[in-house]
Amino acid sequence: MTQEMETLEEFAGQKYKYGFVSDIESEFAPKGLSEDVIRFISAKKDEPDWMLDWRLAAYKRWQAMREPDWAKLHYPRVDFDDLYYYAAPKSDKTSPKSLDEVDPELLETYKKLGIPLSEQEILAGVEPKNRVAVDAVFDSVSVVTTFKETLEEAGVIFCPISEAISKYPELVQKYLGTVVPVTDNFYATLNSAVFSDGSFVYIPEGVRCPMELSTYFRINASNTGQFERTLIIADKNSYVSYLEGCTAPQRDENQLHAAVVELVALEGAEIKYSTVQNWYPGDETGKGGIYNFVTKRGDCRGDHSKISWTQVETGSAITWKYPSCILRGENSQGEFYSIAITNNYQQADTGTKMIHLGKNTKSRIISKGISAGHSQNTYRGLVRMHSKADGARNFTQCDSLLMGSDCGAHTVPYIESRNRSAMIEHEATTSKISEDQLFYCLSRGIDAEEAVALIVNGFCKDVLQQLPMEFAVEAQKLVGISLEGSVG
Amino acid sequence: MLEIEDLHVSVQDKNILKGLSLTVPAGEVHAIMGPNGAGKSTTSYTLAGREGYEVTSGAIRFKGEDFVDLPPEERAAKGMFLAFQSPIEIPGVTSMNFLKTAVNAQARSRGEKEPTAVEFLKMLREAAKKLNVTEDMLRRPLNVGFSGGEKKRNEVLQMTLLKPSLAVLDETDSGLDIDALRLVAEGVNALRCPERSFLVITHYQRLLDYIEPDVVHILAGGRIVKSGDKTLARQLEDQGYDAVIGQAA
Ligand SMILES: Nc1ncnc2c1ncn2[C@@H]1O[C@H](COP(=O)(O)OP(=O)(O)OP(=O)(O)O)[C@@H](O)[C@H]1O
Ligand SMILES: [Mg+2]
Repeated sequence: MTQEMETLEEFAGQKYKYGFVSDIESEFAPKGLSEDVIRFISAKKDEPDWMLDWRLAAYKRWQAMREPDWAKLHYPRVDFDDLYYYAAPKSDKTSPKSLDEVDPELLETYKKLGIPLSEQEILAGVEPKNRVAVDAVFDSVSVVTTFKETLEEAGVIFCPISEAISKYPELVQKYLGTVVPVTDNFYATLNSAVFSDGSFVYIPEGVRCPMELSTYFRINASNTGQFERTLIIADKNSYVSYLEGCTAPQRDENQLHAAVVELVALEGAEIKYSTVQNWYPGDETGKGGIYNFVTKRGDCRGDHSKISWTQVETGSAITWKYPSCILRGENSQGEFYSIAITNNYQQADTGTKMIHLGKNTKSRIISKGISAGHSQNTYRGLVRMHSKADGARNFTQCDSLLMGSDCGAHTVPYIESRNRSAMIEHEATTSKISEDQLFYCLSRGIDAEEAVALIVNGFCKDVLQQLPMEFAVEAQKLVGISLEGSVG
Repeated sequence: MLEIEDLHVSVQDKNILKGLSLTVPAGEVHAIMGPNGAGKSTTSYTLAGREGYEVTSGAIRFKGEDFVDLPPEERAAKGMFLAFQSPIEIPGVTSMNFLKTAVNAQARSRGEKEPTAVEFLKMLREAAKKLNVTEDMLRRPLNVGFSGGEKKRNEVLQMTLLKPSLAVLDETDSGLDIDALRLVAEGVNALRCPERSFLVITHYQRLLDYIEPDVVHILAGGRIVKSGDKTLARQLEDQGYDAVIGQAA
């Protein structure tokens, strides 16, 4: 704990520090979206025909779809013809095989972001148990994946999805789109048509992945949408913990990010998926920032499987995100732990769906929403018990913390139960940081900004402790930084 | 150390302190006694700099420096400490974490080096042991679910680690069992030194048997109405406020 606090302090008093732009020459697809652009993207990746056909089918479908408007979000409509759908560092003709081939400017960028990509450096500096394998995605392409050999020895596949499409087509074809169908929703369908890169993970039967896997997303180019696609398959009785981080430069215009993440857990398998979302949130007046429309879903396909989502959402101007679990296998478990912090003019509409299909399935939802400034923060969650889900159980706890009087916190729980033996518990609270608590901290010499960070971190503790250690430290710092300027 | 001169304080437009004067020289222990609602806690909050406690006239000088306009966190860094009559709960923040944050914040503010994690833990464990504060309490969320006595011991623990120049103890003895009272008193006595002063607010003579005061003040109606040596406390206990204050008036 002491180390955490030290880092918290070290970072207190900093604004968004990932807002820099890297000067990297990029290659773009022509602006706007058309069949030609999709063919261009597919050709860039040397994709097989089945993949191109899949994309084109999605595009057709998408053209007939409407942008959803049921979320409690207000923003000017996105002009989908005024975006670049593909941007890649120019030097990256074919994906580099080793670090020596990666553009030094790119390495520098990741260094600045605190993401070391050199295995030698990591090996020298980090205890084996704390090592993390990283897939670094820069705009539309994966630039490097570390520790590939170590993972291969364990039989684990961790590579850019573009590489998986050519190297492991049978796995990709078997699972891609089976959790989030091509037709699922406006953004997921768009993603299916134009997704550029993302990570692919396969953990073979009985294997416990020997290290944390992590993908680090960076949007750099302007006017460019990022559409990454992640597919994680945990075969029978395997285990993997996966982390996702993301940042973007500070720009005046809004940028679109529409990712799809699909998780498949077979019998007895467990997937732990953690996100620290720190896209650029816009400035104090609400100018700029990322529009984050993300579809994340996990399928507990096998009996006794488990999927756990943990998210710390501090960035983005708009967040539209509902990491969900389909609890198909008997005795399968789904978890959703969330911290959503909004400040200034940020808007977040986030939550989860727990779909209980199998017998004795269990789900647990812990959501902590913190709103400050003029922001709006909505928890939206669905718990559905199907008729065959005998003995299914859900526990939901939604806590909101309001800072100041100009922000809003909303809780929208939907509960549908078609099974009498299913049990659903829901608890919700709304609170404010009390003047007593603040004064108590001040009287001990802790200034207001740090006091708020401390109290809010306490409020979020149940979720923070779900994160892997290294990420928990990062997340605590973020909590402090995100709420900066929220106390007068 | 502390000079309060003709202090008038109002809270929500209600005058509560009405011309309070008090001087506590360095190294001395002064006790304040007084009936409920006399303004004792108001005095302690005002000294700590709580928002809403408006000084309408008079002066507070701490080590010669005018204190009235200083924010609470700066007062703390300069050596002011208040042990709360009702300590506050902060869910999810362990006592240990809270203390470490406070110790570091004060060190930073004074331009001193922050103790390392190891140094801090050593100090903490030593102090906790003396006050019979268990490891479990240190790891629990601050004051959440603590018993009344545990909360008070925790305040004294904070004082021990923060090493203030002036500690104001607002009814720290209330709610303590006999053993805890002795531990707390020993904790205070161990910190007594020529550079440190104490302002001990209490209703009971009992505490003053353990922590021997240099001066006892009686606060009533927002003013110090009588001061004397430690025998004044005994006199109060024997005769009650009416008799003693009546004498003074
Ligand atoms: N926020 C407030 N608004 C109005 N009146 C207040 C406020 N806070 C305190 N008071 C009043 O000020 C007076 C002094 O209160 P204070 O808490 O200082 O008394 P005390 O001497 O500490 O009493 P006790 O022995 O019961 O702790 C009381 O009459 C109380 O009701
Ligand atoms: Mg009082």
